[in-house]
Amino acid sequence: MKASLGLRAGLLSLLLLGLLLGVWHLATLTPTPVAAAAAPALTPEQLEYAKLMGKDPAAGAAGAATPSQKAGFPTLVQMGAVVAKNLASPFYDNGPNDKGVGLQLGYSLGRVALGYLLAALVAIPLGFVIGMSPLLHRALDPFIQVLKPISPLAWMPLALYTIKDSAVSGIFVIFICSIWPMLINTAFGVASVRKEWLNVARTLEVSPLRKAFEVILPAAAPTILTGMRISMGIAWLVIVAAEMLVGGTGIGYFVWNEWNNLSLPNVIFAILTIGVVGMLLDLMFARLQKAVTYVD
Amino acid sequence: MSTEFLKVEGLGKTYPGAGEPVFDGVNFDIAQGEFVCIIGHSGCGKTTILNVLAGLESASTGHVFMDRREVAGPSLERGVVFQGHALMPWLTVRRNIAFAVRSKWPEWTKAQVGEHVEKYVQLVGLASAIDKKPSALSGGMKQRVGIARAFAIQPRMLLLDEPFGALDALTRGTIQDELLRICAETHQTVFMITHDVDEAILLADRILLMSNGPQARVAEIVKNTMSRDPAKGRQRATLHHDPQYYRIRNHLVDFLVARSKDLSHGRAPAQPLEVSPGLAPEPAPEPSPNVVPLRHVA
Repeated sequence: MKASLGLRAGLLSLLLLGLLLGVWHLATLTPTPVAAAAAPALTPEQLEYAKLMGKDPAAGAAGAATPSQKAGFPTLVQMGAVVAKNLASPFYDNGPNDKGVGLQLGYSLGRVALGYLLAALVAIPLGFVIGMSPLLHRALDPFIQVLKPISPLAWMPLALYTIKDSAVSGIFVIFICSIWPMLINTAFGVASVRKEWLNVARTLEVSPLRKAFEVILPAAAPTILTGMRISMGIAWLVIVAAEMLVGGTGIGYFVWNEWNNLSLPNVIFAILTIGVVGMLLDLMFARLQKAVTYVD
Repeated sequence: MSTEFLKVEGLGKTYPGAGEPVFDGVNFDIAQGEFVCIIGHSGCGKTTILNVLAGLESASTGHVFMDRREVAGPSLERGVVFQGHALMPWLTVRRNIAFAVRSKWPEWTKAQVGEHVEKYVQLVGLASAIDKKPSALSGGMKQRVGIARAFAIQPRMLLLDEPFGALDALTRGTIQDELLRICAETHQTVFMITHDVDEAILLADRILLMSNGPQARVAEIVKNTMSRDPAKGRQRATLHHDPQYYRIRNHLVDFLVARSKDLSHGRAPAQPLEVSPGLAPEPAPEPSPNVVPLRHVA
């Protein structure tokens, strides 16, 4: 009797997760006695200084039995508590530096959606034209090849100077990084539509518009969707970095802000959230891709 | 029968970079309702000629006239069945054919289109597969869809580029029978490329024999002297019982095996002569005397 591949893979995944959490647990348990033992050996001046810095040794000693230093790497229990707290109220808003992680994600997703949509609106029609016209392809190729490898964040100073608005600059950075894979894939997909399908359209005297929408678009759709999927992946990578630079709102800013608060559990939670949301976005595009893929 | 429904005059094609034309001085015409096959070795430009007739390619020299109007580009009046079926793999059989039908009659309602599509799918016997995608069909079924699509737009002329080349012998036979039946029903004018001598004898009224390239030409036109009526013996099953069949077949095979290569480089006559192998004037299935001297020209 053999369990299905999916089941076995799932079990292995769970095992690996358990292993990972076990290592985490063991690694975070050890340093606490050292901290507790070091506390009493302080001079009054040091105690005073520690109090001024917000680290009350008395409170630290009291909490030594249950290790709860705020700045250290969190244990699994602390992590669990933070996750539960964040998931319990993801949308609270206590002013500019204390917003729920759901709200921050919303800002990020909104920026990504807007920049990405603008990029798609430019890249797909332009890619169509480039794919159809060998002349334009040759003419625009040097520009694309030079602009494509530029890190999107390198545009940031220029964007901030010209646009003079940090939020719009973030959207611009998403726009500029999403445009290339979509543009290149659309052009490639359109240029490699099979000649026989175009000949069918020609012998049927199909109008150019109908040819574009009913022959070329479905024929090139899998390639275009691949480009869109790559673009979305890059956009989600870039938004975190962009928000760290720009600040204000967003999941990237949340990570940076929690780092400044020295709240590592929140940072870890945000990292995990970024991963999960990125995965969901990718899954969404995988679905779309599957829907337009045809078997030849 | 009004001749010169389709007239091909001095057609030639030279590909850029090639010194000699692939073919030149190709002359023939096709009457309304006639089924014409063209046979020749690979590389003599058969597909190019068909593409020129379809309007998909332009010739270097010469002209094609259909109904006294010059063929200048693709048109719905000429339906094409492509070598590799050329169905759109993202559409079902129904929608593949509907695509063609809507191109021809854009003003039709959905119901009209649907009815028309179903009629032609039934004609090729694929009613049960109408909502399948091409990837779920066998090679023979795909080619049938291609034929149904070409017939569905009711073109004045049908161009078939070796439509059964990729099919196995059994499937090919069945579809040949179907094509014969449909053409008999619709009196369709057909121009078809084939490599198969038997297929040509079964289907064609006249068979154009092309000499080898470069500078290939239509060297000879063989009249199929067997009655086209299936009731009088033109069926796949009984074809080989007709004594006439072997006379025609021998003539064609002789041409392809022995004579076609001697007629390359423009040694074939520009105006092909029409022969009727097996009829009284020339009982032996030998090359006609008019052509024999040409073998020794070079």
